[in-house]
Amino acid sequence: MTFEEIEKKALLEWRVLEQVEKPCLLVGAATCGRSAGALAVIDAINKTLKEFNIEAKVIQVGCIGLCYAEPMVDIIKPGRPRISYGNLTPEIVSQLIEDYLIKDNTRPDLALGYIGDGRVDGIPALFDLPVLKPQVRIVLRNCGFIDPENINHYVANDGYKGLVRALKMEPEAIIQEIKKSGLRGRGGAGFPTWLKWDICRRELSPEKYIICNADEGDPGAFMNRSLLEGDPHSVLEGMVIGAYAIGANQGYIYCRAEYPLALERLNIALPQMEEYGFVGDNILGSGFNFHIKIKEGAGAFVCGEETALMASIEGKRGMPRARPPFPAQSGLWGKPTNINNVETWANVAVILEKGGEWYAQYGTETSKGSKTFALVGKVERTGLIEVPLGIKLGEVIYEVAGGILKGKQFKAVQTGGPSGGCLPVNLLDLPVDYESLTDAGSIMGSGGMIVMDEDTCVVDIAEYFLSFTQAESCGKCVPCRVGTKQMLNILERISKGEGKLEDIEQLERLANTVKSGSLCGLGQTAPNPVLTTIRYFRSEYEEHINKKRCPALVCRKLISFYILPDKCAGCMICLRNCPVEAIRGGKRLIHVIDQDKCIECGTCLDVCPKRFSAVVKVSGVKIEVPREPILVKGS
Amino acid sequence: MVLELTKIDEIINKYGADKAFLIQVLLHVQRENRWLSKDALIHFSERLSVPLTQIYHIATFYKAFSLIPRGRHQVTVCLGTACHVRGSPHILERAQQFLGISPGGTTPDLKFSLKSVNCLGCCALGPVMVVGRKYHGKLSVSKVGEILQSYGQEE
Repeated sequence: MTFEEIEKKALLEWRVLEQVEKPCLLVGAATCGRSAGALAVIDAINKTLKEFNIEAKVIQVGCIGLCYAEPMVDIIKPGRPRISYGNLTPEIVSQLIEDYLIKDNTRPDLALGYIGDGRVDGIPALFDLPVLKPQVRIVLRNCGFIDPENINHYVANDGYKGLVRALKMEPEAIIQEIKKSGLRGRGGAGFPTWLKWDICRRELSPEKYIICNADEGDPGAFMNRSLLEGDPHSVLEGMVIGAYAIGANQGYIYCRAEYPLALERLNIALPQMEEYGFVGDNILGSGFNFHIKIKEGAGAFVCGEETALMASIEGKRGMPRARPPFPAQSGLWGKPTNINNVETWANVAVILEKGGEWYAQYGTETSKGSKTFALVGKVERTGLIEVPLGIKLGEVIYEVAGGILKGKQFKAVQTGGPSGGCLPVNLLDLPVDYESLTDAGSIMGSGGMIVMDEDTCVVDIAEYFLSFTQAESCGKCVPCRVGTKQMLNILERISKGEGKLEDIEQLERLANTVKSGSLCGLGQTAPNPVLTTIRYFRSEYEEHINKKRCPALVCRKLISFYILPDKCAGCMICLRNCPVEAIRGGKRLIHVIDQDKCIECGTCLDVCPKRFSAVVKVSGVKIEVPREPILVKGS
Repeated sequence: MVLELTKIDEIINKYGADKAFLIQVLLHVQRENRWLSKDALIHFSERLSVPLTQIYHIATFYKAFSLIPRGRHQVTVCLGTACHVRGSPHILERAQQFLGISPGGTTPDLKFSLKSVNCLGCCALGPVMVVGRKYHGKLSVSKVGEILQSYGQEE
């Protein structure tokens, strides 16, 4: 089949979906949707359709990124634009099908917005919502819109056009196109993509390799997972283009085992590509051969580092090695190798389709294009977003994410995962680009953006990240192996209220040693969370050390729970739920927490009925309570 | 609970008895059998012509592998950043206390294994606990016991 024939076939299939005679329901069923209950919603949809004898198509799509509204279902009904519904349950979706498909009531109360031409009374356009308006959808263009298991859907939405164009170009011209676009590595380091390719292309070797790094290990980041689950072909297309430009005939995707659905979707996508001749021998009649293999990770964070990743593909322990030689000179099995991140590859496909200049219109002078972020933590609207580089941090947090959860105060935003830093409120005007974030002590990283409110303790966060990197350190080099351990010991001491004033200086000294002395990126960036929290929140460290007080009421050794005698109604709910039987009391008796037994888990605070609100959490103060349970006043 | 060597052979053959796929073979056997026994490791070494030390080297490096049997229901508590700020350490503690084992451990009846991971990638729904392949999102400490109880009663 020629590409024109494939395209024709694909468009035919896609148009059936667009100009439907029967309704079509698209369910967001990526991992996040599933964990919110999308599979139960699908069951309910199928049951209801059968019950009412409605003929309709049900398709599982990827994630549009509005995680806060999961599970989501889009309904296309003949003659109406597509309408997105959110926060569905099996019961609500059954009712919705009855109301909309039978009684033609669009249920604006359940709708998030409509997509496409036309208007629907009482429902806003989805892309005019504040969460979507500041976004640009380049990498995520198809996520949530197409069936990721159907290559025809991708082709019908301009898929593989970039590859067709690339195969007609000289490899140098492709690299020039990427140079024009200004694309930089989306894995976090931000190295110019064209330069990386050019170095590898110039190597004279009959064997070269291409690798897609899908070992997304940063806690709090899921951009690559969403992309692979929602639009795997965009990544694969980019890889074929890159291979052609560099002159590689073998490619690998290294994807972590914690992402079973992403692996499944890749395993479905590859044979489809082969069938259409987009991968394999003599791709689209060009004479160019390229094969892709999928390698599954086995649970080691350090394998996201390129030299460790290659060792892992070779079947060895995933431990980094010193560079140079760089992978472009001596990589996988000693051959020139080019590694790019999932998101970089997905950008390549669209740059080749629409041109480098088109891409470069987005972003800033030095950071072009868009970037996806996993926007999570204490915000109203969590989700996967894609914004033009250069957007202000505050814009992301207050417009796209809708501000802090429950109207609390913003405290810090953490970018770059365990390699990044915590930025405080006075940096909300900071533009999100590679240089600005680095200057502020953080990094762009792969795209985790975790928002913290006043209830988050920065010492606890620093300790959290360091315990992560310390456990994930492969142990090969001393500064990382021993240095992170010593830093962690100090942080643990501070969070227990056993810190000394000189600890802060000691932490900074160790941090600089680990940073400058470590072999790979893991160690070189591991101290960033500690350094930035000291830089911006030094007073909180001092409060932990001097006053033995955790102002955010998080550090367990520094907080206590009390039951207020004048509020306790003696309902016994906390007593029954306490996991360590630290609460004494009885019916109509004021309950008392045994402070020696209490493990500060917070269950009592959690379960105490709102109308009583008798449990309080405090740090650095003592509350007078009776020693033994006594009768509730007035009983 | 020991996978027969013929079954292991089948898996090895699936990968063409190629030592380049050592990690893939180990992952496959781990998935089927829920652990890698000493006999299995020796068998890999013989069939793939890889020194036993090297196999042990790998089996002890990657977290996906277990050299002791794991339970029927794998309970995984996510300790990713987003889950952490939403209270996942308390979730883990409750699961630990309910099952009576620490992360990495297995209940004596081989029903449950408990582990923590650093991120499952569904951060927006934290805190998250996974039992088998079922994701339980937006958890609170008080729900953990209930969920685990329901799996305990299954059989």
